[in-house]
Amino acid sequence: MSSTLAGWLQAVALVGALALCYRPLGDHIAKLLTSASHLRVERGLYKVVGVDADADQRWPVYLRSVLAFSAVSVLFLYGLIRLQNHLLLGLGVPEMPAHQAWNTAISFTTNTNWQSYSGEAAMGHLVQMAGLAVQNFVSAAVGIAVVATLIRGFTRNRTDRVGNFWVDLTRIVLRLLLPLSIVFALVLVASGTIQNFHGFHELTTLAGDPQSIPGGPVASQEVIKELGTNGGGFYNANSAHPFENPNGFTNLLEIFLLLLIPFALPRAFGKMVGDHRQGYAIVAVMGLFWVASAALITFFEAQHAGTAAQAAGAAMEGKEQRFGIAASSLFAASTTLTSTGAVNSFHDSYSPFGGGLTIFNMMLGEIAPGGTGSGLYGMLILAIVAVFVAGLMVGRTPEYLGKKLGGREMKFASLYILTTPTIVLVGTGIAMGLPGERAGMLNSGAHGFSEVLYAFTSAANNNGSAFGGITVNTDWYDTALGLAMVFGRFLPMVFVLALAGALARQQPVPATPGTLPTHKPLFVGLLSGVILIVVGLTYFPALALGPIAEGLH
Amino acid sequence: MSSTLTPAPVDQAEAAAPHRVSAGLLDPKLIVASLPDAVKKLDPRVMIKNPVMFVVEVGSVVTTVAAIADPSVFAWSITLWLWLTTIFANLAEAVAEGRGKAQAETLRRTKTDAVARRLVNWPTSQAEEEVSGTALRLGDHVVIEAGQTIPGDGDVVEGVASVDESAITGESAPVIRESGGDRSAVTGGTKVLSDRIVVKISSEPGKTFIDRMIALVEGAARQKTPNEIALNILLASLTIVFLIAVCTLQPMATYAGAPQSMIVLVALVVALIPTTIGALLSAIGIAGMDRLVQRNVLAMSGRAVEAAGDVNTLLLDKTGTITLGNRQAAEFQPANGVTVEELADAAQLSSLADETPEGRSIVVLAKTGYGLRARAQGELTHATWVPFTAQTRMSGVDLDEADGVHQVRKGAAGSVAEWVAANGGTVGTDVTDLVQQISGAGGTPLLVAAKIGSAPARALGVIYLKDVVKEGMKERFDELRRMGIRTVMITGDNPLTARAIAEEAGVDDFLAEATPEDKMALIKKEQAGGKLVAMTGDGTNDAPALAQADVGVAMNTGTMAAKEAGNMVDLDSNPTKLIEIVEIGKQLLITRGALTTFSIANDVAKYFAIIPAMFATVYPGLDKLNIMQLHSPESAITSAIVFNALVIIGLIPLALRGVKYRPSDASSLLRRNIGVYGLGGLVVPFVGIKLIDLVVQFIPGLS
Repeated sequence: MSSTLAGWLQAVALVGALALCYRPLGDHIAKLLTSASHLRVERGLYKVVGVDADADQRWPVYLRSVLAFSAVSVLFLYGLIRLQNHLLLGLGVPEMPAHQAWNTAISFTTNTNWQSYSGEAAMGHLVQMAGLAVQNFVSAAVGIAVVATLIRGFTRNRTDRVGNFWVDLTRIVLRLLLPLSIVFALVLVASGTIQNFHGFHELTTLAGDPQSIPGGPVASQEVIKELGTNGGGFYNANSAHPFENPNGFTNLLEIFLLLLIPFALPRAFGKMVGDHRQGYAIVAVMGLFWVASAALITFFEAQHAGTAAQAAGAAMEGKEQRFGIAASSLFAASTTLTSTGAVNSFHDSYSPFGGGLTIFNMMLGEIAPGGTGSGLYGMLILAIVAVFVAGLMVGRTPEYLGKKLGGREMKFASLYILTTPTIVLVGTGIAMGLPGERAGMLNSGAHGFSEVLYAFTSAANNNGSAFGGITVNTDWYDTALGLAMVFGRFLPMVFVLALAGALARQQPVPATPGTLPTHKPLFVGLLSGVILIVVGLTYFPALALGPIAEGLH
Repeated sequence: MSSTLTPAPVDQAEAAAPHRVSAGLLDPKLIVASLPDAVKKLDPRVMIKNPVMFVVEVGSVVTTVAAIADPSVFAWSITLWLWLTTIFANLAEAVAEGRGKAQAETLRRTKTDAVARRLVNWPTSQAEEEVSGTALRLGDHVVIEAGQTIPGDGDVVEGVASVDESAITGESAPVIRESGGDRSAVTGGTKVLSDRIVVKISSEPGKTFIDRMIALVEGAARQKTPNEIALNILLASLTIVFLIAVCTLQPMATYAGAPQSMIVLVALVVALIPTTIGALLSAIGIAGMDRLVQRNVLAMSGRAVEAAGDVNTLLLDKTGTITLGNRQAAEFQPANGVTVEELADAAQLSSLADETPEGRSIVVLAKTGYGLRARAQGELTHATWVPFTAQTRMSGVDLDEADGVHQVRKGAAGSVAEWVAANGGTVGTDVTDLVQQISGAGGTPLLVAAKIGSAPARALGVIYLKDVVKEGMKERFDELRRMGIRTVMITGDNPLTARAIAEEAGVDDFLAEATPEDKMALIKKEQAGGKLVAMTGDGTNDAPALAQADVGVAMNTGTMAAKEAGNMVDLDSNPTKLIEIVEIGKQLLITRGALTTFSIANDVAKYFAIIPAMFATVYPGLDKLNIMQLHSPESAITSAIVFNALVIIGLIPLALRGVKYRPSDASSLLRRNIGVYGLGGLVVPFVGIKLIDLVVQFIPGLS
């Protein structure tokens, strides 16, 4: 079988599997977010924590719950990392410096999973399981909880209640993430991903050098790493490591897992707002960007530019021989479009345009399909901007799903779209202005600039993948990127929750033939155009100095 | 239903023809006249209210300083065009305001200091004193006689007069104002042409209707509308994003080895921020109000104009809006043994003394349908006329013929039937059946009866009066339906009649036997479902409903209470205009959306002009982005800035007149506007910048 055909078959299988899961999984999510009944175990948990599960919160209270929970998570994780030498299963790894531990704690709590350390060398099994894996679950759940409030903003009328964070969090973990993780972890183990408590094994490589590789509970970590669009690898090599991602099947499975929930959420959205067509329109926009990005990256990587690439038949530098161009490009597009950040190849080695696209994917704001929850709320914010402009053009005060988009709503939507570009550009600008930080680059010229741009784009958009090349485990980068992650995660959440509150307060406007239809191909096209222009215009100068300058020569 | 007045004769075709919201004129003289105002508006304290243009002004100052410090042709060209950009934006606003000012000037001329004849102790005494019009207070009574100007707003409390209101309506035909009823309001500055009236003043000096009109058309009372605020927020945030993008570009550019001059950075910011819409936004709003004023509608706030575009339900009074003012005779239906001609003749004879529009329509039908010439009352010397009164509800004639007195009567079926019985006759079942049929079909039956000599009176037949729906209304309602607007007809008729007319006119629903309370309840019900309601009204009892409706258009002929309650006043008192008001509201929003789209789409071309100009020296590959093949970096940047400024001037007429609007459903409107302003916005600047570059490249220093 030719590699082209294999690539096509993989893509078709992937789309087919996602399409099959769209309805049942989306409906399941909608149900767990709207159901009034509690499981017995949930009731027990609420009693222990002291939560009134039947009382909904106003948006500021919901926000406080999100922030308090995340703050506690950061502190706990930071403590765990710093103290791991004194605890069980520490494996005797060296103590992590404070700035790096802080960066890591932030990184996993914000669903970014940026790693300025090498997984197998810095983390013992306890931190991996009780720290990082737990955050992999709950940070993903927080994203879904926040988007749930935004959807409730559309479905609820004349109320100031947007949901109960503790109930949402518990249900998303217990009814969605845990069951899926258990099932797919078993599949991964059956397919060769390791799952044990071994320590370091001393090996001698083919070249005769000594190497020490730890075993560990990898499969259980791996599954939620993808499913929760987290991306922090057990090993430094992430999904390029054979213990994490042993073969072609697990590779495809991992891509499937990282796309699964983000692509099913539009269905939950459609179901909750009572019009499945709204969900189809959103998923169509997400799908368009994903397909286009995957196809373009594959195209650029399959090009034979340069002597080395010509000899190899394609741009194979930094890619796993096991996976080849198609599976690597598909993984790269999917991981950068979902805020996952897991990698099975090294984006720094991609062709200028291929690598540029991975940056551009993140710059889109992680919306196609984006992170768990965060992807959908990012997309809905852009839909609100699109509806606002288009709604004016049909001669009415713009309204989306019966809710008017007035000054208050546009204020929060505008602040949302302002936040991430500001963090990315200011961060990159400062780094480029400081001679010491520029020295961290591996390459010079446009490519070196792309490395810095990638780092800040990845952190602010909570992706977490690294271009590689750049040395980021310095005091400055750990701090700057940590701040980028915090602000890039929680500021948008503030605006989304405030928007949800503003929408829920309103009385709905009935739809008439004069209402802008938001479920038709015209709207899909319009929304895609707005995304391209709003994002493209903001980042074009920066991209021109990086990948575009490098690619056009 | 409260409307009892006969509406001013409106040309039927004109009233009902589907109006397209059409262009207003842009007078080049107005542009020149507005220039000083445009320059005055450069005051930063004024500019800061428009964040987009404020950034441009600050940029202009920065480039001016930079150009002085390091002069070059390029620096000065950019500086000049940046200042022009700011001035053009101010010009747009000044021109829009200028049109209102001209109107205000005309109004002010009517505000002469009329001398008022105040009645000191009315009605107990008729003693008068002469005071200045400005000395009048709320509740004063004044007397005005033919030839005098009414000194202030008020309601007629005694007498009836014809009044020339052309000063405010522009309509030269005089109107009748009388005490009591719904035609009692008079406006200060209008002139009494005949008779004598006593008016109770209802406004404080300086707060009269004309004062408010002047403030409105001058834009003095203008506040940003909710939608304008929302759009401003979006524009401000786009401005901030681009400011950040350019500010952070400098360290990146420095790293790349191509640090940029201040001039170039400012030029890039100005090119990217949405200046087109930012410059025209307030002009669009002012012009929208102005378009209403041109149609003789005064909106008390921009908010009301915007709400008009959002209206879901229109409450339309039947009379005068959907139907012609009055019922008209449509058919003669004779009793058994009577010919149609006999009936027509009797009907005409008996209606000659009936001056009501219904009566006249009977005479006309007899003439047009049966060739019976309308006899003048004087022709029949032997006739005694019985005029129509509201008490007898009959009219007729007694002819002193050779064979005795011929008495002919026509009128409400009940009254005439009583007359027949009183004169010894009976009304046959054939005739009562006809009466019932007509009632059942929603018409009004009038009975015709005659008594010759001493013979018993007998019924000759029935006249079928019916409401005549204005031409073109059905199409108009279909159009509204496509726009997503539901029409509800309000009428005092019984449900049967109402249904028949509703079906004929094609409205979506009707409210029969409507009382003001019913109307109010209907509005509240619609609003509870999240709908916006528009209505017209003129009577005092309409006032609560007018106040409750989201768009309440009061007729100028109506009472002061109604005018106070509504948020718009139609000086022509033409209820059909409500439909136009909705269209103008929509057009206002569409213009904003279209120019926003155009403005944002423009940026793509500007990037392709400026980015290669900035960086092709260090990354020669970027010159491939120079797809317009612009001559030099300096000419490219200059061309982009010149285009940016010129496009504002070019779009001022569009902003003032509004984009073309055809009533249709949302999808087709969107498709059209994205096609024209979205794709147009992408393509036009590529062409425009290239054309400007072809000229600019010959300027020494830019080549």
